[in-house]
Amino acid sequence: MGWLFDPAHWSGTTGIPVRLLEHLLYTFVTLLIAAAIAIPLGAFVGHTGRGGFVVVGLSNALRALPTTAVLILVVLWAGLGDFPVYVALVLLAIPPIMAGTYAGIRAVDPVTVDAARGVGMRESGVLLRVEIPNALPLIYGGFRGAALQVVATATIAAYTGAGGLGRLVFDGLALQEFGQMLAGAVLVALLAVLVDLGFAGLQRLTVSPGLRPVGTGGKR
Amino acid sequence: MTWIFENWERFWEVTEVHLRLSFVPVLIGFVLSIPLGWLASRSQTARAILFPLANILFTIPSIALIVITPVLLGVKILDEINVIVPLVIYTIALMVRSVADALSSVPGHVTAAANAMGFRPLRRFLTVDFPLALPVTIAGLRVATVSNISMVSVGALVGLGGYGQLFTEGYQTDHTEKVLAGLIGTVVLAVLADGLLLLLGRVLTPWARAGR
Repeated sequence: MGWLFDPAHWSGTTGIPVRLLEHLLYTFVTLLIAAAIAIPLGAFVGHTGRGGFVVVGLSNALRALPTTAVLILVVLWAGLGDFPVYVALVLLAIPPIMAGTYAGIRAVDPVTVDAARGVGMRESGVLLRVEIPNALPLIYGGFRGAALQVVATATIAAYTGAGGLGRLVFDGLALQEFGQMLAGAVLVALLAVLVDLGFAGLQRLTVSPGLRPVGTGGKR
Repeated sequence: MTWIFENWERFWEVTEVHLRLSFVPVLIGFVLSIPLGWLASRSQTARAILFPLANILFTIPSIALIVITPVLLGVKILDEINVIVPLVIYTIALMVRSVADALSSVPGHVTAAANAMGFRPLRRFLTVDFPLALPVTIAGLRVATVSNISMVSVGALVGLGGYGQLFTEGYQTDHTEKVLAGLIGTVVLAVLADGLLLLLGRVLTPWARAGR
């Protein structure tokens, strides 16, 4: 673990803080793009009930897709850079978010939805003010699963020369420097746990207390 | 697609390695997760320890675990064990919960009836509880198998075998067809394995369809 705590590795343009920030940037931009695509799609299909099998089938097919291969294919087609990284990571993040949103909206009690229509809400109101808030726990579930996978997999981006904590792993591998590889691996694992904790906190702040499972300490 | 047929022997060779590296860990992990899952389904304490532990293990990225394993075990980085051990860990992390949920889903009156008929604990587990838990267990096994098949490729980034080798070689030689061949191989293998397990589940649990 000596490599990790050597102050020389904590400064400069290739230092650990820069790699951490690059890794976080990949993660958040990917999650934003993926959420922007997957949440509306999942919500639409969940709300209308049409095309559910397409969502489930598409999610499963995308899940089997090896991210390494997607990354390399896009690099071979479009050249090196951040673009292939985002394509590969967004494709990875879409299935869990879409599946979570779809499942969350389907799982909202139909009585609640009927009541919302009964009090005169428009369809957009039913979706935005009733279904989505009620589906938030499952949407977060899918989103946090996606976040974990993206943090973990963003490491692979460094294989094609991109930045992020994967640089430590692959540079260490090339130089046969085990300490550096280990430092990269440990930092990615730590970051994964921290990002998940962050989203767990966000979930606590944004999900209605009425939706918390009884007995988990939610104030009533 | 033509690359696959023109290089059939090589393709078959990496397929074999890929199969071995994904199924051996699933098997070992599955066998180990049965007693652990049983423990978690019986004891609150075991559950309170095993479930959070499984979650934490699952957050460790596969590339990280593949790199750390040789340090912990003191083996060379090119040893296949470096892929097998991490995948066994992921399989257990996923399956402990499945097995525990599956065993908890066995109706109480069924186990009570088996007890009343004089089944001893081990025989009851093997002939009553476990078979009834199979549908949920196999659902978990399908997820573990598909994710293992896709994760084996990561091992190629540190020089290990399987379809991932076609990715790295294709990248180094600017050979798109080769990468595509590996991608198709991985997806086909995942779909086939998933289908086979689904079928196996149906064959093993004929009673699940009897009522319909």
